[in-house]
Amino acid sequence: MRPSEFPPPFDAREFVAAPSDPEDERVEVGVLIVGAGPAGLACAIRLGQLLEGAPELAARLGDVPVAVLEKGKQPGSHLLSGAVVNPRSLRTLFNGRVRTSEMPFYGRVEHESVYFLTRRRAHRIPAPPTMRNHGNLVASLSQLGRWLAEQAEAGGATILPETAATRLLVSDARVRGVRTGDKGRGRGGEKLANFEPGSDVLARVTVLAEGTQGHLTGVALDRFGLHGESPQVWALGVKEVWRVQKPLDRVIHTLGWPLRAGAKYREFGGSFVYPMGDDLVTLGMVVGLDYRDVELSVHDLLQELKTHRLLRGLLEGGERVAWGAKTIPEGGFLSLPRRLHAPGLLICGDGAGLVNVPALKGIHYAVESGRLAAEAAFAALQPGETPWRPGVLARYDESLRKSFVWDDLRRVRNMRPAFGRGLVLGGAAAGAMTATRGAVPPGSSSLEPDADQELISAGGAASYPAADGVLTFDKLSSVFLSGNKTRDDAPNHIRVRADVPPELARLWEHMCPAQVYEAVEGGVEVTASNCVQCGAITAKGGRLTPPEGGSGPEYTLT
Amino acid sequence: MKIAVCVKCVPDSSAQTRIDPETKRLDRSGEAALNPFDVNAVEEALRVREEAGETEVVVISLGPERALEPMRKALAMGADRLVLVADEAAAGSDLVATSRILAAVLERESPDLVLFGQQASDSDGAVLQAAVADRLQRPLISQVAELTREDRVVRGKRQTEYGYDVIEAPLPAVVAVSDAINEPRYPSLKGIMGAKSKPQETLSLGDLDVGSEEAGEAGSRTTVLALGAPPARGDTVKIEDDGSAPQKILEFLLEKKAV
Amino acid sequence: MKTLVFLEHNEGALQKDSLGVLSKAASLGGEVEAVLLGQGIEGLAAEAGKFGAGRVHVMDDVLLAAPLPQPRVDALETLVRESGFDTVLFAASVLSADVAAGLAARLDAGLNYDLTDLVVEGGELVGKRPALGDSVYVDAGWTSEPRLALVRSGTFEPSEIGGSTEVVTFESRLQDFSLAATMVEQAHEEAEGPSIEEADVIVAGGRGLGGPEGFAQVEELAKALGGAVAATRAVVDAGWYPYSAQVGQTGKTVSPKLYVAVGISGAIQHKVGMQSSALIVAINKDPNAPIFEYADFGVVGDLNEIVPKLTELVRQRKAA
Repeated sequence: MRPSEFPPPFDAREFVAAPSDPEDERVEVGVLIVGAGPAGLACAIRLGQLLEGAPELAARLGDVPVAVLEKGKQPGSHLLSGAVVNPRSLRTLFNGRVRTSEMPFYGRVEHESVYFLTRRRAHRIPAPPTMRNHGNLVASLSQLGRWLAEQAEAGGATILPETAATRLLVSDARVRGVRTGDKGRGRGGEKLANFEPGSDVLARVTVLAEGTQGHLTGVALDRFGLHGESPQVWALGVKEVWRVQKPLDRVIHTLGWPLRAGAKYREFGGSFVYPMGDDLVTLGMVVGLDYRDVELSVHDLLQELKTHRLLRGLLEGGERVAWGAKTIPEGGFLSLPRRLHAPGLLICGDGAGLVNVPALKGIHYAVESGRLAAEAAFAALQPGETPWRPGVLARYDESLRKSFVWDDLRRVRNMRPAFGRGLVLGGAAAGAMTATRGAVPPGSSSLEPDADQELISAGGAASYPAADGVLTFDKLSSVFLSGNKTRDDAPNHIRVRADVPPELARLWEHMCPAQVYEAVEGGVEVTASNCVQCGAITAKGGRLTPPEGGSGPEYTLT
Repeated sequence: MKIAVCVKCVPDSSAQTRIDPETKRLDRSGEAALNPFDVNAVEEALRVREEAGETEVVVISLGPERALEPMRKALAMGADRLVLVADEAAAGSDLVATSRILAAVLERESPDLVLFGQQASDSDGAVLQAAVADRLQRPLISQVAELTREDRVVRGKRQTEYGYDVIEAPLPAVVAVSDAINEPRYPSLKGIMGAKSKPQETLSLGDLDVGSEEAGEAGSRTTVLALGAPPARGDTVKIEDDGSAPQKILEFLLEKKAV
Repeated sequence: MKTLVFLEHNEGALQKDSLGVLSKAASLGGEVEAVLLGQGIEGLAAEAGKFGAGRVHVMDDVLLAAPLPQPRVDALETLVRESGFDTVLFAASVLSADVAAGLAARLDAGLNYDLTDLVVEGGELVGKRPALGDSVYVDAGWTSEPRLALVRSGTFEPSEIGGSTEVVTFESRLQDFSLAATMVEQAHEEAEGPSIEEADVIVAGGRGLGGPEGFAQVEELAKALGGAVAATRAVVDAGWYPYSAQVGQTGKTVSPKLYVAVGISGAIQHKVGMQSSALIVAINKDPNAPIFEYADFGVVGDLNEIVPKLTELVRQRKAA
């Protein structure tokens, strides 16, 4: 059985509408950016720089020349990554005005190790060339996001947290802006005493920087026919931050255990362990969502990973201080939309799929794409130009294709499909790929949607450790640590069919790191308020839509 | 009419809150948000204004400069203006010092009604309103779950251990509201965007004629002597029921004088 | 040390928590006296002597008939100044919190609140209290006299020490602003029992009840124990019990003297709402339920067997 046989009740057309608010109730801004992540904030920062040198244009854009909508409690609340960041894009963005030493990084990567794990051993293997991190900087993306937001505001941007963008406003075949979500609805959608309707936010240019599984990004790709040759595929990353007794002196990546190598499992992924200063360490498990075992739980694989000798010693005497989960787009070059613009619209960052899977990097691409989007938007706003003339925003696509972002992604384009064929075979293929810069094996190992994978019952859960509350934890404790305190009577923002077969319900039950789904008689029960909005459900047969602004996790260290 | 709402910014409950072992004070460097009960107080002020018309709602706080950001939420909800007393000398103020400073600001504003949230989520004392009311020499109604006004008299229905009292007081008065009183509104997008341009005043102790010896640790009458781990709960007992569990539970309750 | 303890009363009886504070004060040594304010309360004064008050000061006045805080601040100010008390103790209640805080402002005196213990260390009075959701314990002190303290309700049990007591009446001028607030309607004990925020005893039900009908036995036990009924998020979500009874991260936070958790697994989202209960009893058929890690008395068994029998035993005990 495949999850795609039970599609969710979701139609993108529900989320496209013409502006409907009366004139005096609409909010009008110059450039509207959806998402206060690295892409969106880089766009806002660059626009601030450009507008500083163009005061008449800034004045013509009105009281709010640049607005950034963020569905989390504040910038950073929904940001999560490893992360080891290549600083080149940030240097370009700030152009000498701010040095990397002033940015909230945890230090440069000096040493790194890659291990192939078995249950009892850790075999050191040479780091694949794509994974070399020397010169890169360790960061908490959540903290970096908060800092970038401060820079954006200092540059004149207006950041609007707790505001979800739920509908794309389109009329006359061009994007006019977005409609923000209602607040104060009850479980059944009814209006509560403090109901506050959303607003139409109109802008001359709209930039979607929503991150992985971007809601309006998906809607826009459908509406404007922008999908690429291959569908997008994702991995689910679950991570923790620990306060530790002894500092870690290197960046560690692992392959192998606890994932299973046989081709039938399709368990592609690994783990990372990064030092954050002297007293913190972050570790995470990343697994492709094309896995097939109904019982696979990335949350619990991470718990299992921690019992390995290599990690147990590192965490001994320490304390878990943060937890989170998020998907990563893994289709790479083959899954990129065929165009990242439409009349009045630009698409950046993870939402577009700009992630280098073998190098585990996406943040610097997000920043660069945001910067280039700002320049294209700025050019389109000049006197004598209109942002919705067909093709005027094509400048963005052109500049992106000429940039290192495109080069990098093209070079590693066949890596991921290769790993679909199991670790050993895939590893060899990946090695060949790296050596020949993407030429061998030849392309078009095309990607299948994650939800099309045939499910199997392969007993993965048997090895997951019971939660001991010291080293290993259960999902509800993890959700608590994410800071999630979404109100219980909020409407259900997750679209799934309720009456699915037990196998599918069990798949979701194990898959979800936040214990949202429960297999019950007749189908599945959804506790939407647990959701940390990782996006895994969208990959595996359901559809995540944005919940009420301000709800969900409140990440600070992830 | 003028309504003053006293608010406090508290560490966001989701952030890792901790006490700084050196200063023995709450480490407030993490994320801050408006104390949830104070949001109820702001909402109540807005409702009184909606009913009364021609009323100014001013939000007042004592805290660091960082508090301006969360306080703007009150402006986004609809409050007209904010006043923040931000002075390093006031850090570490206890009830005596805090109430003195707030009373000074309130004297300056001379509001008809002062609203407080019943308690603060970070220190749970439920004591500030009574201290301020005494300094202002104004009648106090606390723990109010329902507030009505007729001309210059307010009436509060409040919950006690014995049920509900109804208490009346003439304006000017001090009222502390419980979280049962209302469901705070969500600020509209226009409200959020308009908040920045509303008047925001920052005062120092000098602006209030409060000496630095009357504030902070110098002006406080209590002190934290030490911090420690909480006492262990004591041994946990876990038994399997063999039919005698109800009896054993009762014996346990009697031993602990819980019955 | 010369200590004054504020005694509360309701419907003709002295309030138990304040008697507990009195007993504790007596055990700490020094001169211990009590104060009783109200109307028609002189008869209660002698009772206070049994619990450790060497002298009881009484102000019996119609203006003090209603349990309003501000006139009491005036009366206490007079008494404290005239008699030179260096310590004034209160058992926390809606009334006493306002009285203690008003008095702190009036006397420019330090007030430590939510104390769960009082000790004398190195000749000085020290209050102990939890902070940050019970994750840290604080030793709280005073830098001047008089020292005021609010003790968390239910902390100290009254113990009869015996001994005679002197009852002394006193008078105080009450200020105009103190008398401005008036009691229009005074509370009576609710027919339905206490609310969960005020209840000393809470019996809470979770998914282990199996369905909304399961709450019938929870309500019976609560009634027998004189307590309130609470519920977990899961069962409120499922519609088995109203949201007003929900305890937990997204519900209410309670700290009763006794919390009986019936069919509740005890995940952290629930725990944070009740972890500072003085006593926790848990009944659950799953021996691995997290609640057993922090329950003072845990029973692994069938709640449908245990709860009705326990209710019956409690009723019998109370009738005896």
